[in-house]
Amino acid sequence: MTTLAAPEKPKAQTQIINDFSIEIATINGSGSQTANNMLMRSIFQMGIPCSGKNLFPSNIAGLPTWFTIRANGDGYIARKAETDILICMNPDTVFEDIRNIRPGAVCLYNEELPVSEDIRTDLIFYKVPFAKIVKECCPEPKLRRLVTNMIYVGAIDFLLNIDLQETFKALRKNFSRKPKAAEINIVAAQAGYDWAKANLAKRDPFRVERMSKTQGKIILDGNSAAALGAVFAGVTVLTWYPITPSSSLCESMIDYLEEYRIDKATGKQTFAHVQAEDELASIGMVLGAAWAGARACTATAGPGISLMSEFVGLSYYAEIPAVIFNVQRTGPSTGLPTRTMQGDIGLCATASHGDTKHPMLFPANLSECFEMAGDAFDLAERLQTTVFVMLDLDLGMNNWMGDPFAYPTRPLDRGKVLSAADLQKLGKFERYRDVDGDGIPYRTLPGTSHPAASYFTRGSGHNEKALYSEKPDDYRNNMDRLARKFDTARKLVPAPVEQAEPGAEIGFIAFGTTHDALQESRDQLRNEKSVKTSYLRLRGYPFSPRVKEFVARHKHVYVVEQNRDGQMRDLLALEVGADCGRLRSIRHYTGVAIDARFITSSILTQEGR
Amino acid sequence: MAEIAAPQVPAEERKKNRLGLTLPEYQGSASTLCTGCGHDAITNQVIRAFYEMGVQPHMVAKMSGIGCSSKTPAYFLGKSHGFNAVHGRMPAISTGAMLANKQLVTIGVSGDGDTASIGMGQFIHLVRRNVPMIYIIENNGVYGLTKGQFSATADLHSKSKWGQENQMQPIDCCSLAIELGCGYVARSFSGDMKQLLALLKGAVAHKGLALLDVVSPCITFNNHEGSTKAYKWAKEHEMPLHEIGFVPFFEQVEAEVKPGETKRIDFPDGSHVILKRVGEDYDPTNKGQALLTLLKAREENLFLTGLLYTDTKTPDFCTQLNLVDQPLATLPESLTRPPKAVLEEVMERLR
Ligand SMILES: Cc1ncc(C[n+]2csc(CCOP(=O)(O)OP(=O)(O)O)c2C)c(N)n1
Ligand code: SF4
Ligand SMILES: [Mg+2]
Repeated sequence: MTTLAAPEKPKAQTQIINDFSIEIATINGSGSQTANNMLMRSIFQMGIPCSGKNLFPSNIAGLPTWFTIRANGDGYIARKAETDILICMNPDTVFEDIRNIRPGAVCLYNEELPVSEDIRTDLIFYKVPFAKIVKECCPEPKLRRLVTNMIYVGAIDFLLNIDLQETFKALRKNFSRKPKAAEINIVAAQAGYDWAKANLAKRDPFRVERMSKTQGKIILDGNSAAALGAVFAGVTVLTWYPITPSSSLCESMIDYLEEYRIDKATGKQTFAHVQAEDELASIGMVLGAAWAGARACTATAGPGISLMSEFVGLSYYAEIPAVIFNVQRTGPSTGLPTRTMQGDIGLCATASHGDTKHPMLFPANLSECFEMAGDAFDLAERLQTTVFVMLDLDLGMNNWMGDPFAYPTRPLDRGKVLSAADLQKLGKFERYRDVDGDGIPYRTLPGTSHPAASYFTRGSGHNEKALYSEKPDDYRNNMDRLARKFDTARKLVPAPVEQAEPGAEIGFIAFGTTHDALQESRDQLRNEKSVKTSYLRLRGYPFSPRVKEFVARHKHVYVVEQNRDGQMRDLLALEVGADCGRLRSIRHYTGVAIDARFITSSILTQEGR
Repeated sequence: MAEIAAPQVPAEERKKNRLGLTLPEYQGSASTLCTGCGHDAITNQVIRAFYEMGVQPHMVAKMSGIGCSSKTPAYFLGKSHGFNAVHGRMPAISTGAMLANKQLVTIGVSGDGDTASIGMGQFIHLVRRNVPMIYIIENNGVYGLTKGQFSATADLHSKSKWGQENQMQPIDCCSLAIELGCGYVARSFSGDMKQLLALLKGAVAHKGLALLDVVSPCITFNNHEGSTKAYKWAKEHEMPLHEIGFVPFFEQVEAEVKPGETKRIDFPDGSHVILKRVGEDYDPTNKGQALLTLLKAREENLFLTGLLYTDTKTPDFCTQLNLVDQPLATLPESLTRPPKAVLEEVMERLR
């Protein structure tokens, strides 16, 4: 039965180099996160493009968790639907985990799991005695649980030809402030490696070979990238109410602020962060702070947006800047709060009552999380309205590789704020007059020392001078100006990125985390079926005029998104008017990130190929 | 010109405060509330308090929620920025404004509906944080603006205009605030101008949240027989705990403090109040006594007014947050955007 010391030579197979997915099935709270990240980082350090995704339950400890790593020399890092290498650590899911993987895949499992290798004869099994190895390498019983997972990292390093030194390097980096912890983990990884080398005969085709495709790149989660963006955009007030998957955005922002934004001379803070009593309060504080001149933001997810809606409307009508990071997830609270979705597009486009509409930014990678955080503050202050930065759980909470961030070269845009000196020159101030023809009025901050500075802020019942009015003309004129302002926003939000393919009849429109899967799908369509496609990636709403032109140029335009109802498709249909018949829709809504094969087969079905 | 107009302005309106400003310069636009509404009487005392204290109008932020009461910031301090927020959410807006500019003198006006029902959550958290601002509840026991429904401060067995009897216990915002550590808690009556004025000035001097729960009759919907928020009832039942005199830091007159008869409370800015005993001895620095007194008032349906509780030493929210001296709102980019080297250092760590 046992294959461990099998004398036979491994079957000759063609090698598969730098192209595989690993799935690690563990129990939530068992400390596997570090091990998984170290494995991903080792591959990254060997120069191979890769991504890691954590599929976790809404639970602190005890429920199953899966971590997937995809490594791909061609740079495809979207989720891959099939698992090539499965690492089984969880007795509760082991049978289903094994049942689900593709024929020919590898299954490395803990000896203590009740696995009979007969259940699938089309797999390559490796049995590893974790308890025995960890007992030998870690004399301290209390620490064993923490380092057990490093055993599989060492074993996989051996099997896949990952340089063990890279794992050591990753561990030392990870535990840079806790060298002892690094050493304990290094010993465990070494033990796993040595045991595998002595006892496992390699019978699978997967191998890592060094490349240089990750040189200079970084690994980070999108939430931290956005948080850094806010810090370098000069955020001064952060308010929040904890909710997955946005909490880590706020927590890392606080960490960065506390590290880099303490005034050296006085030891005092150049920022304030408040954990509010709920989302109504967190957005209220943002509006109060921004009204009085701070750069203020909050982060939340769908349920929080629902609570914030009344205030978002006030921000629209009273023209107060606000930045809301919406790290989208499936809702409601008892939905699948730890799963990903692009599900709040419709909600955020018009959140609140009456005729409201709001700019949205759609980052698709780490650099865009960083840059768009900065853009959002500039836009919110320029446009004096709420700007949503639409991340999702996949982007926000998972580790991604990306280019290092460029230091912002543009000075902060604090918008049309009149100082006492400006008022002195102008001689008068009317809060809601469209002086420049762009729909954007001027504002003053409380504390401005000039007799003309003050005005009274209220919703939509005001005239150009901010005086109370219920006159029909005043209301309509104000609403028309707000519409003009929204039109101005078209030119200010980040422009779409187009990849035009001459002669392509099919166009794709996508945004955010759908991007990676879409790129891969386009290559599949081209290489496997000779189907040429163009692609426009949305980065901002309201839409650039180029979006309409793109739709008009293609016979069919597939809007690919991760929600059930085609929310972005609907917004686009409103935008393109008569051309809306060209719009088609591909919708992925399982709570798990979209993959390329899903898009490819949807296209082939809808195109009748 | 000025000389021709001068005789029409009453002498009192020509008198200048320490900033050289006159009382009318602290007024706002004309009130649109019902004639005789208690809220207007409070507005007048706010105007007077800010004038007499010599507060710079441009440094004031006037905040409110929604309701007849919440409309009043438009009727005072016309040279100050004002913010009529959404129903029950003025605390969050005010907290944010204070974070942005801690140099502002913030005054919030709310109603009993705005505070004790829809805004209860925000109110108690504002108190917990000790956000430095004046918070006035213009308490009429009803929702005035939506035409007379009971509010959560309506007293047990109090009657509505249509004869229904309130069967539920009232929420006492003052005892809640005392319990949550508020350092300046007062109850007053819109008809008791002298007391209200002194309490408002004390509130301006206090560093931290100053709560004033002011019974302010709604003459349209809650001024009838059987209502405990009617003028007549309030006038007949008001029991001041003490006579209160406010002495600002810029006008120090040394009054003699007689043990057992007068008490002196000092504020960090150098102002103080003198509380003169009128009945039983009452010590507003004794939290236990304050809470017991309010409990007794509830049980015996007494309308006690005055400075219920004070503790002028609790650090306010901006102090707790260790903010730089300059308002966050006006910090230059050089202080809010870290240099390039910092970004490079962070990137290096992530490679
Ligand atoms: C979200 C929301 N719900 C309901 C209302 C309607 N509304 C306006 S004022 C008010 C009650 C105000 O009562 P109170 O705060 O006691 O003020 P008063 O008019 O008595 O001074 C209500 C319920 C609203 N403006 N917003
Ligand atoms: S309805 Fe009542 S509270 Fe409102 S303005 Fe009239 S008297 Fe005042
Ligand atoms: Mg009321």
